[in-house]
Amino acid sequence: MNAQTQTQFAIETRVVVKTYPSDFGDIQAVDGVSLHVRPGEFVALVGPSGSGKTTMLSILAALLKPTAGEIYLDGQNVHDLSENDLVTLRREKIGFTFQANNLVPYLTAVENVELMLRLNDKLDKAGKLRARELLARLGLGERLNNLTGQLSGGQQQRVAIARALIHNPSLVLADEPTASLDTERAYQVVETFAGLIHEQQRAGIMVTHDLRMCEFVDRVLQMRDGKLVKEYTNKASIMKMVRGRAAD
Amino acid sequence: MEISAFLAFKEIWRNRGRFLLVALVIALITLLVLFIAALGEGLGNGNREYLSKLDAQLIAFQSKSDTLIGASRLDRDRLASIARVSGVADAGMLGASNANLILPDQEEPLKVALLGVEPGHTGEPPVVQGRQLGTKLSNEVIIDRNTALRSGLALGDTLEMRVTQGTRDEYYKLRVVGISGGQQYSLQPSIFVPFFTWDKVRPKSEAEINSSDPIANIILIKLDDPAQVDVVRQRILSQVNNIEVATISETIQALPGYSAQQSTLNTQGGFTLFIGLLVIGGFFQIQILQKVAQIGVLKAIGTTNKVVAATFIIQIFMITVIGVLIGSLLTFLFSLTFPPTIPIVFNGTTSAIAIVALLLIGPLGGLVSIRYAVRIEPLKALGLSS
Repeated sequence: MNAQTQTQFAIETRVVVKTYPSDFGDIQAVDGVSLHVRPGEFVALVGPSGSGKTTMLSILAALLKPTAGEIYLDGQNVHDLSENDLVTLRREKIGFTFQANNLVPYLTAVENVELMLRLNDKLDKAGKLRARELLARLGLGERLNNLTGQLSGGQQQRVAIARALIHNPSLVLADEPTASLDTERAYQVVETFAGLIHEQQRAGIMVTHDLRMCEFVDRVLQMRDGKLVKEYTNKASIMKMVRGRAAD
Repeated sequence: MEISAFLAFKEIWRNRGRFLLVALVIALITLLVLFIAALGEGLGNGNREYLSKLDAQLIAFQSKSDTLIGASRLDRDRLASIARVSGVADAGMLGASNANLILPDQEEPLKVALLGVEPGHTGEPPVVQGRQLGTKLSNEVIIDRNTALRSGLALGDTLEMRVTQGTRDEYYKLRVVGISGGQQYSLQPSIFVPFFTWDKVRPKSEAEINSSDPIANIILIKLDDPAQVDVVRQRILSQVNNIEVATISETIQALPGYSAQQSTLNTQGGFTLFIGLLVIGGFFQIQILQKVAQIGVLKAIGTTNKVVAATFIIQIFMITVIGVLIGSLLTFLFSLTFPPTIPIVFNGTTSAIAIVALLLIGPLGGLVSIRYAVRIEPLKALGLSS
């Protein structure tokens, strides 16, 4: 397989395996997962605690090397890259929002967003303007110069979303982005996130344990015991799954 | 580098209270280190000032005196012999003893070093005011700057001096004809009289009172070529009996208590720097431990280890520089309040060495924490570890 392949997928994994050694033998955290996400597609990775979804997200984020399998980001085989190249890849091609400690506390909202442009050495006038506009679109136009400690949890997540998107990454990853938010704010955050992913044609993957948030995604991948066990590919099946789980 | 400076500056500015506190701790360490260095310099200087300013390269002692000035006794025959040795440009006798100056407006007499020197020869300190000593037997005196400051004596004044000779206290009057720069000897301010006058007015035992042979302690030797110290020393030793010859620095090192005093103060300074190292290292280590997740996030979004390390180095250096600047300023202000009796001397070189050492303890103390920060895995951002 060539390192660079023509593909319609922003991210693609082929039979990815991640094994951790332990005193009781090897633990298979991810067991032969193959998935793909197209540009402009928002996918939810769901599953119970310990199902391997966060480990899978770490592999997708190029933070963790898989034991076996291949990962292609924009057609480039991530496996072949050195540690330094992986850092560059994360900086240029991936946007992140995390569950907590998302933002740099001593930077203002706008400085946090601009940080991605600074890291990529692309902070010019246009970039600064884009950061302000993006935050304004996310309802934070009045909070640009507030430190993160002066923002609510929902506002902080929106700043993180802006930071994840500002540098036009191919892939946007969100790890439990609504974990610390109340229901209303959680819906607002994910709806905004989904809207921007669709509009900007990014590939988005969100790990969540809150199935209600799947209302806004295009596809749901369900994991259990490290395996992909089910896939919901259309709105109707997703909504059915969401309502069914909500009824549980 | 630009991004590191940006992150470092923003964090310091937005947490300025916390960082100022650390800078103040560094300032206090600076104050302590600079004062210990100044005290070491002051005490050392007080001990060696006269000797280190001598226009001489070698000193002759009585043999087996272990280059101790107080233990050496040399007569004028030795002076003549040494002066005849090839390569010796000049030689002068030095007699060292103590005296009490009776000051009309002070209850306590001022204890001074009473030094007998040969007018016009090596050993006589250059004056900054007035003139050099006149004839060999004149009742004239040069006082050093410290004596002038502490006694209030001025040019043309007559000083009264009390010494014990035999079992009696004798009083002598001498006219101040010159004031030299600082010429402390054995941590005392000094007064200089012609050698024969010294022999008359110095403290004496009963046996010495009737002795007619003036005895000096040492002979100061100035060479034609200061680079020929070893050659001329060997020549003197081979041509003059019953003497030992030392260089100025060897004589200084042999001053009673000098080496012990200096090494004690150097050790204190070293330990203070070491404590500073631990304090700064501890602070930044705690700070990094509190920021593990945050550093993980920064690395996850693509911040290189180089940027993370440079951010901390810049931060540590900025705080150290601010602390050292505040500390130096405090030291300067404090030094203005100290009376001249406290032997504190801010020597440019010593202070510069102390300041460079202080500037280095920040980055050195922070090395462990920087290493720790660089090793934080970006997976911490996701609450995982590899």
